[in-house]
Amino acid sequence: MISERSSVPPADAAAKYEAVIGIECHVELKTASKMFCGCPNAFGGEPNTQVCPVCLALPGALPVPNAAAIEHMIRAGLAFDCAIPAFSKFDRKNYFYPDMPKDYQISQYDMPLTQGGVVRYWLADGTLRECRLTRIHLEEDTGKSTHAGSGDGRIAGSTYSLVDFNRAGVPLMECVSDPDIRSADEAVAFLDALKRTFVQLGISDVKMEEGSLRCDANVSLRLRGAAEYGTKTEIKNMNSFRSVHRAIQSEIERQTGLLERGERIIQETRGWDEAGGVTHSMRSKEKAHDYRYFPDPDLVPMEIDAATVERVRAALPELPIARYERYVDAYKLSVAQATQLVDNASLAEYFDRAVDSAKSPAGVLNFVLGDLSRLANESGIEVAHSKVTPEALAELVALTDAKTINSKVAKDVLVRLWNDGGSAKAIVQADGLAQVSDPAAVGAFVDAALAANPKSVADFAAGKENALKFLIGQVMKASRGTANPALVETVLRDRMR
Amino acid sequence: MASDRIDVRHVAKLARLALTESEVLRYGSQLAGLLTFVDELRGLDTEHVGATAQVVESRNVTRPDVVGPCLSREDALAGAPQAQNGFFRVPKIIAAAE
Repeated sequence: MISERSSVPPADAAAKYEAVIGIECHVELKTASKMFCGCPNAFGGEPNTQVCPVCLALPGALPVPNAAAIEHMIRAGLAFDCAIPAFSKFDRKNYFYPDMPKDYQISQYDMPLTQGGVVRYWLADGTLRECRLTRIHLEEDTGKSTHAGSGDGRIAGSTYSLVDFNRAGVPLMECVSDPDIRSADEAVAFLDALKRTFVQLGISDVKMEEGSLRCDANVSLRLRGAAEYGTKTEIKNMNSFRSVHRAIQSEIERQTGLLERGERIIQETRGWDEAGGVTHSMRSKEKAHDYRYFPDPDLVPMEIDAATVERVRAALPELPIARYERYVDAYKLSVAQATQLVDNASLAEYFDRAVDSAKSPAGVLNFVLGDLSRLANESGIEVAHSKVTPEALAELVALTDAKTINSKVAKDVLVRLWNDGGSAKAIVQADGLAQVSDPAAVGAFVDAALAANPKSVADFAAGKENALKFLIGQVMKASRGTANPALVETVLRDRMR
Repeated sequence: MASDRIDVRHVAKLARLALTESEVLRYGSQLAGLLTFVDELRGLDTEHVGATAQVVESRNVTRPDVVGPCLSREDALAGAPQAQNGFFRVPKIIAAAE
């Protein structure tokens, strides 16, 4: 491996070039069983305890596709407006690696389950972007190798490897994008869009730390305005969205430096070195792999009829991009607020139900992202599973918006709803918490407070504004927070004039 | 001798076969014979024959997503030339760098 430390090129050099980025990512599908056999699809089992003759490729074993995995693929395809071809098949991709027991991987070559499509996503500043998809196809995952004998778990210098086949045969979808991405920020936003969509569809957990999403990026540069692509490199070994960002940024800087020095980009695979913050050439052979794809004779073709496609389409949930646009356009939420809700589907559904009842998105949002989220964090109970029903929250918002109760009382009522459930209206009525805006009633609280605090009255007369705050506090306390604070201040100033 | 149509050494390498010189010649002529046979097939009129990926008629053979029995780890590892701590132990993997 050759190390090539990139230095950050000057800004004008960076402005000269446009990055052209395509993403390939592998996502493990969430199913009960594996793709072609009944072994459990579960992370973290003891090594080689979730294996059978099919996923170990023992002689005579035959694969049978998992119907749920195929349906997951159709869901994914429809979510991104892919075409779902009427005819699809599995092919064998032939190569040797010890974590692949058959010496071929069952995959899809020229007739994948989905073709084309587009991923719509947004950036942190609210800009909407699109990235076309080339295809999403279905295949099986490999086992896992641990390289041993070298001391550091790396393949270089290891003397043998240990293989666990629990993951072998887990259904895996491969998403291949067109080179429509133009920056590291966009690449991460695109991956976020894939992730939240797959989670929303319920087809994957997308846990990068468990390896259920793995991605590679193709990066090239061209002069801004140029139509043809430059020579690309493929970056591998990025283990988090953060490392995707860093790796792409580092590779853009490296390529900019090379071009500015009049050097040539070599088409190659480069590995991201997380600790070093640079990509290294992996020196793969120039010749493309010869995978000798051919139709898998063990598996019969799939025919997906229009009725199936429509049935799956009808059952799709509201997709994250649609929800995001609804929040921003109809409810006027900020990008950050909309993103926070969209990324927490159960909270978003709760929010929608409360808004349906309360007709006040802003009021509901304050509670949902504010006090309710805080209570949820403190207790470890999700808002959607708490005792505060969306209807009770809607009542609370209506009471607050109508100024029947003030915000301090609203917070207290919310805590009581959180602890005991029930109706906000009922709590306010039973405990007489409605805001008191009757000048006579407020006047009585004020007079009592003035009589009990002559020193504060004198301080206020001497010009100390703080004394007024103290007196307001005394009135609020005596009225158990129900007095209308604005009225309290008016009456106090009036009495002490 | 039609080995100019097929790179026997490349095919052997892909299949991880170590062929001797005489085997390269022997398999080269056998594979060339197969290609000649394919040439004969090419002469057939297939205008009204659709492309196919499978010779059997069946379609959409699937199974429900239900967990079934696995092998015990002992059975799974029984055929392994080497095992260690529940893993299959394999010789060192040469990195793509070779």
